[in-house]
Amino acid sequence: MNEMNEVRKPPVATTGIIGWLRINLFFNWTNSLITLFVIYCLYQFIPWILDWTIFSADFKYNYLGEQITNQEMCSRNLDPENGGACWAVIYVRFYQFIYGFYPKVEVWRVNLAYFMLAFALLPLLYTKLPYRKYFLYFTYIFPVIAYFLLNGGLGFTEVSTNKWGGLLVTLVLGCTGIALAFPIGIMLALGRRSKLPVISMMCTLFIEFIRGVPLITLLFFGMVMLPLFLPEGIDMDGLVRVLVAVTLFQSAYMAEVIRGGLQAIPPGQYEAAKSLGMSYWRMNLLIILPQAIRISIPPIVNTSIGLFKDTTLVIIVGILDLLGIGRGTLADTNWLGLSYEIYFFVSLVFFIFTFGMSRYSLYLEKKLKTGINMGAD
Amino acid sequence: MSEESIISLKNVNKWFGDFHVLQDVNLEVKKKERIVVCGPSGSGKSTMIRCINRLEEHQEGSIVVDGIELTGNLKNIDNVRKEVGMVFQQFNLFPHLSVKENITLAPIWVKKMPKAEAEELAMRQLEIVKIPEQANKYPGQLSGGQQQRVAIARSLAMNPNIMLFDEPTSALDPEMIKEVLDVMVDLANGGMTMIVVTHEMGFAKTVADRMVFMDEGKIVEEASPDKFFNNPESDRTKLFLSQILHQ
Repeated sequence: MNEMNEVRKPPVATTGIIGWLRINLFFNWTNSLITLFVIYCLYQFIPWILDWTIFSADFKYNYLGEQITNQEMCSRNLDPENGGACWAVIYVRFYQFIYGFYPKVEVWRVNLAYFMLAFALLPLLYTKLPYRKYFLYFTYIFPVIAYFLLNGGLGFTEVSTNKWGGLLVTLVLGCTGIALAFPIGIMLALGRRSKLPVISMMCTLFIEFIRGVPLITLLFFGMVMLPLFLPEGIDMDGLVRVLVAVTLFQSAYMAEVIRGGLQAIPPGQYEAAKSLGMSYWRMNLLIILPQAIRISIPPIVNTSIGLFKDTTLVIIVGILDLLGIGRGTLADTNWLGLSYEIYFFVSLVFFIFTFGMSRYSLYLEKKLKTGINMGAD
Repeated sequence: MSEESIISLKNVNKWFGDFHVLQDVNLEVKKKERIVVCGPSGSGKSTMIRCINRLEEHQEGSIVVDGIELTGNLKNIDNVRKEVGMVFQQFNLFPHLSVKENITLAPIWVKKMPKAEAEELAMRQLEIVKIPEQANKYPGQLSGGQQQRVAIARSLAMNPNIMLFDEPTSALDPEMIKEVLDVMVDLANGGMTMIVVTHEMGFAKTVADRMVFMDEGKIVEEASPDKFFNNPESDRTKLFLSQILHQ
């Protein structure tokens, strides 16, 4: 009897690292063949990319030990046998990539704004932060602070937005677009589902129109047409015009994403909320939207990442974002021909931000799922 | 009779498209009366009770609840809903909120009750439905019977004068039906005005003051349980009872 009750362990070859390898990489001969092929490709690729980006690359000095000030001094241009990437271009132009043409004396304001942005995001990203409530107050007033810091006013010297550029413009457009489009999108989604035909029709028209037009068209529209709608004498800032276009564009997409979430909520939830005497707004704010937004997290993050990358289109209306500065640098005779380095760097910066967003959405999904479904208490 | 009625339906008609789902329905319910509504599916019983708190709109006739006539007037509808609690077949708990939050939500936001008071109330209601130990769990972690009892507690927390039950045990596994019915019997004995749509004839015999039998959108027979089960008048009722009792 005792032997019968003994706990039987699974066969050795199906657990641990060896088990994992057997099951996932060498399950049968096709599987093994593909595994070997992939290993071979990685073996070829990884040393090459490491060598190009790091080991043979110039960072500040070339292989002769001179400080690089133009593309002719890059090791790979002095001696094609010798040298990989020439990151000196990023080093020399780093200021422009990060701040554009923001005056150097005032640049501490941008740095402070960057720092405060991280601080403002903190309570949003970590819901378990101690004293989160007080941090959130800061998050709410941050846009106002950032506006005065970056733009000037309240004793700060004014820095016109045509001096802004690089990462600064990318972040301003991306963050403002995403942050404003979210509430507008919610209102549009609710409006489109409204039982009042006028509201529903207006929201539907707005969404369909904005969604049916390419972002570039909207940007031109913002640049050229928007001033026509304003009263005479009021000149709208170029960046603000673009911001309006980007926000409208994003809110139409956000509205459709959230509408998708709303449609997934069973009618019983509405009925239960109504039977408890809740008004339309309470029902939506407390019952429907929290669930709908939870369901929509993956597509919300998806469209947000899309917008963050689409901000590069502002280059066509003459605003120099991160990519715009990169292209500007390429047009400089000093740095002609360094497109690999510049596009690699710009891609890397975009990737860091979008990958961060994507990871955050996964974390959020995991966290909220345990709340709704089973999981530990 | 009409004087002491807390719910009064007069010549109520309703259509879903061309389908005439309620046909000249008349029903008077007195305070503290317990009505059990039964009938084959599609007979309009759910639609009728859903008209009482205006989850469905009637198109003709009048419905008066606690002296308030249900019309398009939103304020009246809100007032009626504060008086009338409802329990659904599918429980309809809010899955993103804990059991306690499910119960405190409406008292806090609709009745403006302070949070501490609402939580105390929630715990009292959970004692009544006998699951205070589940207060911090989420609906998805509870069995069907427990969820339905939370749903009852959630309705009771708004201190309604009338409770509507729309097939409260139909979605439950057999062994969980009793725990929900026990709570409903306690509620009936406590003097709550109740309209219950159910096929639980044992429950009907124990608590009902009056049975209402519906078929094809009409009230076919209204009688005391004693008369309804032992000596029904209409042939349709006899047929229904013979089918349901011989299962």
